Amino acid sequence: MTDYNLIVSPKALGASKKAPMVITRKVEFSASHVCRDPKLSEEENQRIYGLAANPLGHGHNYVVEVSVEGDPDPMTGMVLDLKELKAILTREILEPYDHRFLNYEVPPFDREVPTTENIALDIWRRLEPQLSDGRRKLHGVRVYETPDLYVDYFGERAGSA
Amino acid sequence: MFRVTMFHVTRRYEFAASHRLHSPELSEEQNRQLYGKCNNPYGHGHNYVVEVSVRGPLDGATGRAVDLPALDALVGREVLVPFGHRNLNQEVAAFGTVVPTSENLGFEICRRLKRNWKQAFPGEWPKLEKIRIGETPRNIFEVGADEID
Repeated sequence: MTDYNLIVSPKALGASKKAPMVITRKVEFSASHVCRDPKLSEEENQRIYGLAANPLGHGHNYVVEVSVEGDPDPMTGMVLDLKELKAILTREILEPYDHRFLNYEVPPFDREVPTTENIALDIWRRLEPQLSDGRRKLHGVRVYETPDLYVDYFGERAGSA
Repeated sequence: MFRVTMFHVTRRYEFAASHRLHSPELSEEQNRQLYGKCNNPYGHGHNYVVEVSVRGPLDGATGRAVDLPALDALVGREVLVPFGHRNLNQEVAAFGTVVPTSENLGFEICRRLKRNWKQAFPGEWPKLEKIRIGETPRNIFEVGADEID
């Protein structure tokens, strides 16, 4: 599995040497969560979140793909040293999230509902300051809750598609 | 004497659940050492994948070895509904005292299917062969139907 968790792709067809590249690294963690809003009634929670609102929680094997965009360093040929990226993902995602009950152990999910959307947003907030500098920036965060369901988040993008 | 060709059919199901590995017979410290992060007090969860393998001869009329809607109904009622989106330790009676490792979970799933098999498949065939349960894509546990009561 670890042999296939790195995808390097040109951002667009016909990319020149100067065009930005996007590199993606994948990590996995197992966690439990419950999707319910304490401000809503039991009935409303069941209607909005369905089975995911069951009060004692349930769990998933989450898969997170983190993409970083930038120009390869002319000396190393790398957008970002992958060892460094792995260390950042371990520190910022796996250490706080893995084998945890998100609602009880991982802020901000003590006050925000840990939907896949909110998890993607929180991971973006944790990573963005660590990954963006003059030559590169965080491009996107994709979170799979199951193999059939994922959320992409690309940050706040004023006026762009 | 003639031989009947046997077919082996496997169907894949998924459910999401949480669990905590903690043995009441061990101390807090022993539990932490034995189960590591799986002992974290609030528990954690997985997308479990269950493969149910069945064997039988082809039914001449239907061309099938197993009635899949009947298998789906059995697995749904005995496994997916009671386990799906549940906290296994607190909401599944079998794990009130038994630690919900995937070994024990596989055992319980196989036992439930075996116990209710005749009701779903009253004829001689098909027979339940085995189940496999994947806690993650890398941890897979197999239980043969003949290995349990």
